[in-house]
Amino acid sequence: MSVLIYSEEPGLRLELLGKGRELADAMDSKLAALQIGNGNPEELIKYGADLVYVAEHPLLEEWSLEPYRSVLLRAVEEASPSVILIGATKRGKELAASLAASLGVGLLTECISLKLEDEKLIAERLTYGGSAIARVASLKKPHIATVPPRVFKRPEPAERTGEVLKLEVEPEKPKAEVVERRGKVREEVGLEEAEVIVAAGRGFKKQEDLKLLEELAEILGAKIGCTRPIAADYGWMKEWIGISGHKVRPKLYIAVGISGTVHHAAGIRDCGIIVAINSDENANIFNLADYGIVGDLYEVLPALTKALKERLKK
Amino acid sequence: MRIIALLKDIVDLDELRFDSSTRKPITEGVKHVISELDKRALEAAIRLKEKHGGEVLALSLGGPETKTVMLEALAMGADAAYIVDDEGLRGLDAYGTSKVLAAAIDKIGDYGLILCGEMSLDSLSAQVGLRVAELLGLPMVSYARELELVDDKRLRAVRDLEDVDEVVEVELPAVVSVVREINEPRIPTLMSIMRAKRKPTTMWDASAIGVDPDALKAERAVEILDVEAPLVERKRKIIEGETVEEKVERLVKALIDEGVLGV
Ligand SMILES: Cc1cc2nc3c(=O)[nH]c(=O)nc-3n(C[C@H](O)[C@H](O)[C@H](O)COP(=O)(O)OP(=O)(O)OC[C@H]3O[C@@H](n4cnc5c(N)ncnc54)[C@H](O)[C@@H]3O)c2cc1C
Ligand SMILES: Nc1ncnc2c1ncn2[C@@H]1O[C@H](COP(=O)(O)O)[C@@H](O)[C@H]1O
Repeated sequence: MSVLIYSEEPGLRLELLGKGRELADAMDSKLAALQIGNGNPEELIKYGADLVYVAEHPLLEEWSLEPYRSVLLRAVEEASPSVILIGATKRGKELAASLAASLGVGLLTECISLKLEDEKLIAERLTYGGSAIARVASLKKPHIATVPPRVFKRPEPAERTGEVLKLEVEPEKPKAEVVERRGKVREEVGLEEAEVIVAAGRGFKKQEDLKLLEELAEILGAKIGCTRPIAADYGWMKEWIGISGHKVRPKLYIAVGISGTVHHAAGIRDCGIIVAINSDENANIFNLADYGIVGDLYEVLPALTKALKERLKK
Repeated sequence: MRIIALLKDIVDLDELRFDSSTRKPITEGVKHVISELDKRALEAAIRLKEKHGGEVLALSLGGPETKTVMLEALAMGADAAYIVDDEGLRGLDAYGTSKVLAAAIDKIGDYGLILCGEMSLDSLSAQVGLRVAELLGLPMVSYARELELVDDKRLRAVRDLEDVDEVVEVELPAVVSVVREINEPRIPTLMSIMRAKRKPTTMWDASAIGVDPDALKAERAVEILDVEAPLVERKRKIIEGETVEEKVERLVKALIDEGVLGV
């Protein structure tokens, strides 16, 4: 009996160790971590692992579903875990689903809380597009759950001892052939930490018009965010806010030209004050906001920036 | 080639409301729709058919509303619909749902490609595609943002991952899940809606595809304990004013009173 954790994301791996330690202690069992490829197993021990399985093989140098899943299955054989936690990155999510299918057990995806109760793993997770929270129970062992980044706290490292074991693996061959990998530029935008965020939606007609938002952001010392289409369809920014993007919690959030779909709403629920600027008085964003101005952003934004300039004397 | 699109019938999330005292979802009377991402999977299937020929079949494990919901799929361009509906199969978890879908896919047979969404937009569970692939012993390509047939035995896809776009090729048959950015689904014309009513829809119960509802229930792996909207009270004040200047002045004042402007 044990708890087994895996993520290819170094930061998320530590967060899983924190939660994993708690669950392992509750069951009076060991916490095992799987490390694929190079890394520092001693660090994982400092952050709470009792046991680190290290798997290395030429087939594991780049990500592919089947080889990685077969290694995870090997680790499951060795550790016989009752709980498996996997980081909910895109890769982690496909790995977890495929693992759950091979083991014939359930899977709780994108959990925002986790606890053990009578041999069941109980989790909270978003449902109905992100507008509600479901409490769900995994009934069969091993319980598998995926956990998004920044849900659980990174534990404090400590001087601990643990075992590092080499996992003998003969990974399954990948079924798909990777022809090319095109790197994407990722930006660390710091949206999660921002105190004030101004965000753009499809109400903006051209990329140049974002200047209006930048001017507002400057006065407020705000970070700039957007909806998924602004980033993923138009490429005007890299990162978006919402169910599939960043979950933010500034004390002030100003949504400009954003309709307020469930997907976007799921990312802004924890904001302090929400302001909406939209030309459509029936836009749902007004239901999600504390203060709303019905109006054309091309008129409202310059006026707002001007008014703030005067008030904040910048 | 025969392409099967997996379409889930869900409540329209834009119309879903929550009881203000219990915070439970009020699903009664809410319109049902095809999960929007699955529409994009269907659109991708139709585009492949338009380019290379073949047929597109829409498959859903659904409920009493699914027959009506699937009319949209037929109007978009699916050639036929297959609906599995059985009292005993309602409310299955992802494990059970996948078993039923895999059995239905087997029964349809002779497929080259199975398309689905990255996740269903109500449950956000993101696993049925991978589970179906595993049950059918097929390769899985997740998160496709572009799709093209190299020939009738091979598919090329661009996988949209956080840090890379991964171009992969895979032997068919395969299961492919799509992301939102793959396309904009077409809006059916009045003509195509009329035509859809004449296209074939096959209804199957559990026994028709050889699955045992009691066994699936007994194998249930996940149980939903309850569902509740989080408690967030918003003021929902619309700021009135004669002019834009007046409105923004009032907004600035409100924000100062809230103490969120740092003054
Ligand atoms: C699986 C999946 C995941 C998703 N995840 C996310 C996510 O994480 N985040 C996200 O944001 N979306 C997400 N989406 C997309 C989501 O469904 C919506 O498409 C998106 O949120 C809409 O963005 P928008 O509000 O910018 O655009 P629209 O919905 O097009 O809204 C534009 C708004 O601008 C207003 N407007 C127009 N002109 C003006 C003007 N001159 N002045 C003022 N207002 C104006 C309009 O009235 C309208 O309300 C996801 C979708 C899927 C399928
Ligand atoms: N009941 C269903 N009927 C048909 N397809 C489904 C059903 N449930 C899920 N799917 C498909 O599987 C994908 C992933 O679903 P899920 O694992 O529920 O998030 C969806 O986008 C659909 O394409």
